[in-house]
Amino acid sequence: MYKKNIYRFSLIVYFGFVIGSYLFTYNPGMQIGSNLFDYTFRMVKIIPCAFILIGLFEVWIKRETIEKHLGKDSNVAGFLWIFILAATTVGGLYVAFPIAASLFKKGAKLSVIFAYVGLVAVCRIPMTIFEMNFISIKFSIIRWSISIPLILLSSIILGNYFEKRNYKINT
Amino acid sequence: MKYLYIITAILVLISFIADRKKTYKSFFVAYKKFKKILPAFLSMLILVSIIIFIIPEKTISRYLAGDNILISSIIAACIGSIAFMPGFIAFPLSGILLQNGVSYTVISSFTTTLMTVGFVTMPIEKSFFGLKVTIIRNLLYFIFAIIIAMITGIFFGEIF
Repeated sequence: MYKKNIYRFSLIVYFGFVIGSYLFTYNPGMQIGSNLFDYTFRMVKIIPCAFILIGLFEVWIKRETIEKHLGKDSNVAGFLWIFILAATTVGGLYVAFPIAASLFKKGAKLSVIFAYVGLVAVCRIPMTIFEMNFISIKFSIIRWSISIPLILLSSIILGNYFEKRNYKINT
Repeated sequence: MKYLYIITAILVLISFIADRKKTYKSFFVAYKKFKKILPAFLSMLILVSIIIFIIPEKTISRYLAGDNILISSIIAACIGSIAFMPGFIAFPLSGILLQNGVSYTVISSFTTTLMTVGFVTMPIEKSFFGLKVTIIRNLLYFIFAIIIAMITGIFFGEIF
């Protein structure tokens, strides 16, 4: 309850400040307001699709399927599947977290889920193409070939550690 | 982006033809999930709007252009962790910075933390993964970014 009140209070202060800034043409506040509008709009373009796809996933994909391919008894192929899913995920981490939660609900193991989050951050294909164009292909190749082993190794270690401690993702 | 809409529309259509009830149920699931993380999303957007005001692109460019490659890399990693920028802004900016003489090492440190470490996405991450895992993951990826930057520097002949 206490936490909820702090949250509400911050919201009121924030929006009060932004709206007040527009009323009195206070520049910094107006800039913050236009940033909020900008990024809300940008995410509004992705989020409905992302959640509809998550909804379809939860309704149509059987728990056994995920358990078999990404669950406790899955092998290297599980990481290959999750790589493909991560590379084609649109948006960024803020989309990856709810997807990770759905995967957990359907019985994917923690190491695979941790790997998914890391791979989404690093290996999204549209983003990498951008990177190759504006920085260099050599740069992207170095980044992929060092980060992927680091992500997989750390995800397996962390996954096994938290699996033993009965850790649960909030779904 | 266009493909995302097309794929979503096709899948919804297939689902609708296969089973109407299930499709409605999936919409309901989508709505319920979205509603649940709406507060965390709002927190993120508010953080983003403030962070972008505090550290705009100009400030970022200034901080990345330091002389000492190691110190600049660490500063770049810190800025990348806090800042929020979609790839289509971050990479063109990186391209310009490279032309202005900023090293690949520093650019790597900046873009990698930008993608992997998320101060602004923490409210969302925390709501799913809990505080402990969120902190471990972000710290770990911060260290990874430094490692990746250093190796990038070695490959581009900027370090050693």
